[in-house]
Amino acid sequence: MLQTVPASSEKADAPKDTILSVDNIEVVYNEYVLVLRGLSLTVERGSITALLGANGAGKSTTLKAISGLLKSEDGEITRGSITFDGQIISHQEPERTVRSGIFQVMEGRRIIQDMTVLENLKLGAFTRSDGGVKDDIDLVYSYFPRLKERTGLAGYLSGGEQQMLAIGRAMMARPKLILMDEPSMGLSPLLVKEVFGIIKRLNEDFGVTILLVEQNAAMALACARHGYIMENGKIVLDGPAEELRENEDIKEFYLGGSGERKSFKNIKSFKRRKRWL
Amino acid sequence: MNWSLLVQLLANGLIVGMLYGVVAMCFVLIYKSTQVVNFAQGEFLVLGAWVCLWFITDMQMPFIVAFLFTLVFMTLFGIMIQVVILRPLIGEPVVSVIMVTIGLSIFLQALMNWIFGNSAERFPQVFETESVNVAGLNVESAYLMSLVMSVLIMGGFYLFFRFSKYGLAMRATAFNQQTAQSLGISVRQVFALAWAISAIVSGVAGIIIGMVNSVSSSLAIIGIKVFPAVILGGLDSIVGAVIGGIIIGLLENFAEFVDGQFLNWGNLFTIAPFYVLIIILMIKPYGLFGTKDIERI
Repeated sequence: MLQTVPASSEKADAPKDTILSVDNIEVVYNEYVLVLRGLSLTVERGSITALLGANGAGKSTTLKAISGLLKSEDGEITRGSITFDGQIISHQEPERTVRSGIFQVMEGRRIIQDMTVLENLKLGAFTRSDGGVKDDIDLVYSYFPRLKERTGLAGYLSGGEQQMLAIGRAMMARPKLILMDEPSMGLSPLLVKEVFGIIKRLNEDFGVTILLVEQNAAMALACARHGYIMENGKIVLDGPAEELRENEDIKEFYLGGSGERKSFKNIKSFKRRKRWL
Repeated sequence: MNWSLLVQLLANGLIVGMLYGVVAMCFVLIYKSTQVVNFAQGEFLVLGAWVCLWFITDMQMPFIVAFLFTLVFMTLFGIMIQVVILRPLIGEPVVSVIMVTIGLSIFLQALMNWIFGNSAERFPQVFETESVNVAGLNVESAYLMSLVMSVLIMGGFYLFFRFSKYGLAMRATAFNQQTAQSLGISVRQVFALAWAISAIVSGVAGIIIGMVNSVSSSLAIIGIKVFPAVILGGLDSIVGAVIGGIIIGLLENFAEFVDGQFLNWGNLFTIAPFYVLIIILMIKPYGLFGTKDIERI
């Protein structure tokens, strides 16, 4: 078994202002595939929180459980509860969740390809009825000047531009919490850096809370305040990002080894012994 | 060759074709946003015409008021059909949904025969003059109104889908339902809206056709004529529906001309669109503007 990271002193005394708390949820797909088995996490208001884990650990499912999009994939929360801003949202319709201030940027960007950039942005503000939509479009353009030049269909944008459009669309909804599912997917290392820079800027400029799911653990931990590691539908480890970055096991599994070369035989036995569950 | 007859027929074809285009648009709207093939589209037309006629003759309303009341009725009717009949079918196989719409069509036919009777009834005269002369062509006032209404509806559709929030939401839902949900769009509302719009516009088309001919259950034939138009244009293209409708209207009247002048078979008018349907399905099954990978039924 893995020893837990010792809690940092500041975490212990200052009570956290929690915006989202997921409490021991269990998610079942198609009535019998158990994906999340008692997952709990909390997200502090105004922070960037990273949720890391291997493929199939249930990271995307966690986000969909929070946003309510699970239902359209035949998934269901069978136990536990999700509280956002003091309200229980575990069984809410996704459109109501968006209205209460949670916006999910789904994996693979999900741009509406047969619409223009502007129409995509306008749709981001679908739930809003205030007059600030026009100003916000200009604001998004000031963040992503490249999008303003693209007047054609969004389907013709490059991968990076589509990711920026997806983030811009999320900004248009003025959410309190953005759930971001693998923003670095399919982007070149340079673009990944740019996208993470933007995520950090969004968080600092607007105080929007971000829950980030990533494969690129190094990048995610570099900009997050707190990190959670998932395996097999459970949180197996969590702690402040800087501590996770220093953790030997994280280095080994997620950050590409600790530098020194190991023989294949050693790695195998090490992994078997260190299996987290 | 009787040129003036040909021109007259083609003008008629254009006007009727625009109307086919309007009904085809309704059909495509439902298919695109809810993936339902609505075989009861023709009955929507008949219902609109009957209800409007009922408001005029039995309730003694002036035409405009009756028309507006019909629009309200059709809105509620469309939403009710979606909520009561089609919402429980979401996620069921395509064939079941098609069976249900065919059943709905038969049910509505019987219901309307029961309530409004079997015999055809004429609209009371709405326009002061029966026909007007446009550029040397004798055009019935009702046809002219039909043309104006068709253009207005098409323009309305364009503006709605291009600029309005709900139009964009419907396009987003047609593109991908989960993505639309992630933006806060209620897919249920969009479905209900699609059926409401389709029912309203079909009702208007029904009233127009009822004014030109007379109101009877045979108006539902338009619902069948829409198939060649929709298949020609592409099952999921609204622009294609309009163009397909116009082509079918022109072709029908051209067939009438050829038949009357040279062949004297006497039925080419009705059958020509379906020959086109077969040929299109053989050589270009996704239609002129349709997406290539859509599922055929």
